[in-house]
Amino acid sequence: MATIAAPSLASAGDAYAENSGIWSWITTVDHKRIGTLYLWTALFFFLVGGFEAVLIRTQLAQPNMGFVSADTYNQLFTMHGTTMVFLAIMPLSAAFFNYLIPLQLGARDVAFPRLNAFSYWVYLFGGIFITVPILFKVAPDGGWFGYAPLTTTQFSAGINIDFWVLGLQILGVSSLAAAFNFITTVINMRAPGMTLMRMPMFTWMSFVVQFLVILAFPVITIALFFLMMDRFFGTQFYAIAAGADPLLWQHLFWVFGHPEVYILILPAFGLVSEVLPTFSKKPLFGYNVMVYSGIMIGTLGFGVWAHHMFAVGMGAVADSIFSLMTMLIAIPTGVKIFNWIATMWSGEIRFTVPMKFAIALIGMFTIGGISGVMHSSPPADLQQTDSYFIVAHFHYVLFGGSIMGIFAGIYFYFPKMTGRFLDTTLGNWHFWLNFIGFNLAFFPMHFSGLLGMPRRIYTYDAGQGWDLFNLTSTIGTYILVVATSIFVWNFLRSRTRGAVAGNDPWGAATLEWSIPSPPPEYNFAQIPEVTSRYPLWDLKDPAKTAGIEHSHADAMTITDAHAVPMHEETERHTAKSLGIPMPFPTAKPFFTALAMCAMIGGLLVMRTGNMGLALAVMIGSAALMVGGLYSWLTSPLE
Amino acid sequence: MSSHADTAHHHYTTTGLEHRKLAIWAFIGSECMLFASLISTYLIYKGRSIVGPFPHTEWVNEAGQVFKPILDIPVTSASTFVLLMSSLAMVLALQAVQLKDTPLPAGANWWTRIQRSSQTWLLATALLGMTFLGFQAYEFTSFVHEGLTIKTNLFGSTFFTLTGFHGAHVTAGVLWLFTLLWIDRTRGLGPKDELIVDIAALYWHFVDVVWIAIFTLVYLIQ
Repeated sequence: MATIAAPSLASAGDAYAENSGIWSWITTVDHKRIGTLYLWTALFFFLVGGFEAVLIRTQLAQPNMGFVSADTYNQLFTMHGTTMVFLAIMPLSAAFFNYLIPLQLGARDVAFPRLNAFSYWVYLFGGIFITVPILFKVAPDGGWFGYAPLTTTQFSAGINIDFWVLGLQILGVSSLAAAFNFITTVINMRAPGMTLMRMPMFTWMSFVVQFLVILAFPVITIALFFLMMDRFFGTQFYAIAAGADPLLWQHLFWVFGHPEVYILILPAFGLVSEVLPTFSKKPLFGYNVMVYSGIMIGTLGFGVWAHHMFAVGMGAVADSIFSLMTMLIAIPTGVKIFNWIATMWSGEIRFTVPMKFAIALIGMFTIGGISGVMHSSPPADLQQTDSYFIVAHFHYVLFGGSIMGIFAGIYFYFPKMTGRFLDTTLGNWHFWLNFIGFNLAFFPMHFSGLLGMPRRIYTYDAGQGWDLFNLTSTIGTYILVVATSIFVWNFLRSRTRGAVAGNDPWGAATLEWSIPSPPPEYNFAQIPEVTSRYPLWDLKDPAKTAGIEHSHADAMTITDAHAVPMHEETERHTAKSLGIPMPFPTAKPFFTALAMCAMIGGLLVMRTGNMGLALAVMIGSAALMVGGLYSWLTSPLE
Repeated sequence: MSSHADTAHHHYTTTGLEHRKLAIWAFIGSECMLFASLISTYLIYKGRSIVGPFPHTEWVNEAGQVFKPILDIPVTSASTFVLLMSSLAMVLALQAVQLKDTPLPAGANWWTRIQRSSQTWLLATALLGMTFLGFQAYEFTSFVHEGLTIKTNLFGSTFFTLTGFHGAHVTAGVLWLFTLLWIDRTRGLGPKDELIVDIAALYWHFVDVVWIAIFTLVYLIQ
């Protein structure tokens, strides 16, 4: 690709010149820079989780392999799941929440910029806390679901599970803080005229996800707190001998865990709902129904948790109810699939790289969705549970769904974030190798699962009909390694050498494309006034949105003096020259986050037997945290 | 909007409400799930303890030692009353802050004067909260003396964790109230500060409501 030095980029460099260096990143409260930090960190953890998967698949390539020990294998599959769920997919979504929600709403930042920085730092420290033990072979080894009583000290005496219990607790704080922030941002920071039903679909789905986070995470917080109390202070929440219920953890975990599945997938649904209309040159089909089905998925998601537990013997009534609820949830999900297809129907489709990933999501997620409906039936589930069929199912949903959607988002929004395109040739190689590798890796698992291969075993005997399927899965995984390497190369290279993208390289419809790429620190020199769902198409191609409801600019009550009708911004200024107040950079969230993680992590010192030291670390860090909070809350924002 | 128009950092918001007001409601929603999980676990484990002491029934151990029902409902009723009164004081504190700039009517009596003293009511709320915590400390110590710790049985684990979580929330609230009191003493709280008192009050009332649920489900229902 030819590289052109664009004037807009040169000035972007000037604008950010004073903002370089590591200290500027530690003190930043700019939602775009925090989004960038999320993106880089989450991609790093995505590679870590992927590497763990490669080791797992290598061990399983052939029967009776001795590549890793059973103990190491337990740590690998536990950390693969934990990393991908909590350190890769959730924060990759968070990268987009941070970067896009304020831009799509026509806002200059999130509601609480410093809390936003705090969320990121807590995520980073929590991620390090939970990941580093694997380097010393003491990583958590109880599965990403951490079933108690298996994870109580009686059965898991080592320090491994301690890292998991405390690490997840830290990560929960990050997600909750971010969710309060985004809920407030979406409700309260929409540009004039941006009614709820005019919000871009990505923002809508993210909005739903934040409610899932604030309602689901407290439940795992409590489940983890019980486990921590059991492990460190001798309580009996999960002690069967004392009369505890062996299913308590499973219920609490899955009351969190099933909404968590939608926390992982809905942002990807939102991203492809931005990509598909853009490259079909048509408004999203059935916008209202897409919103309602997203809300419906989120709501029903709280009523299906026990379908993870059909095998425990809950009785016919409970099984039937949860089975029915699970089948119901296929309806709003199916609605989304058909609406995406209808969006493409008779559109002028451009098969760009993001479009390919978006279409792949529709197909691959549907496969995962259908196998999900299969085991919503308890009799079928009893045959499939704990087998590789389930592994195939949730990888079609999470890789075929979430990851495909996130890649669509990365290719789509990279030009907005950096001002340059990701290379198309490399992108195509990435897409096809990713698509082929993914299907080779996970489709055979349906068969090995139905042939009876259980999950989580570290090796297996030959002659059970599983050999070929396992070898194919491993080859698929290696192809995914090649695909991902191409992506990493493309990502690193295109930042400085990609073809230059303007404000609106794809001809998209929403506000983020009306401002320069990368956006200036203040986002919008003037807050736009929105009269429909597709402000930029109104401006550039009114025919495309003629059939859509609009409000008249004159009829709007404009409460903000800056409010102006929609226009495209081409010039780049500094916030100072425009007189826009920006939040001060501050390291207080960073240090507060560090102190909070030290406070929670300080419990580990108890394992040395030195209670005095443990108390000193925890109380000292708590004091620092409270001091940090006071200093943060009493200093002005801007 | 008008009540916020004179704040130092006036921003346009879609709803006209301050960001922090919305955020505290989201936070309270989240806290509901936290306490719902704790209370559900307590109820699921109710009556499942293998050894005593028990909350509402006597227990005789192998050595023939008799343990009386451990919950002291009269004492806890008193502490519940104290906590409820703290909510009343909180309401009066908010009112006093809102009326700070309104001149007293001519011939106002001592009660009207004291109603306008935000420092009095903030201090009263905090002290009532601390009294509640004192009751809880007394209760916890006496339970330990009677042989119930977090390690004794499922009742001990769930009871101390649930009420301890609530006590920690009250403690955080007391710190918050003293912070407001300190701000009031150093620079004075007035109508422009309504929001920061209001969100503290919302939190405080929420913690109070949670206690009513705990008192009913743990203490009163046998």
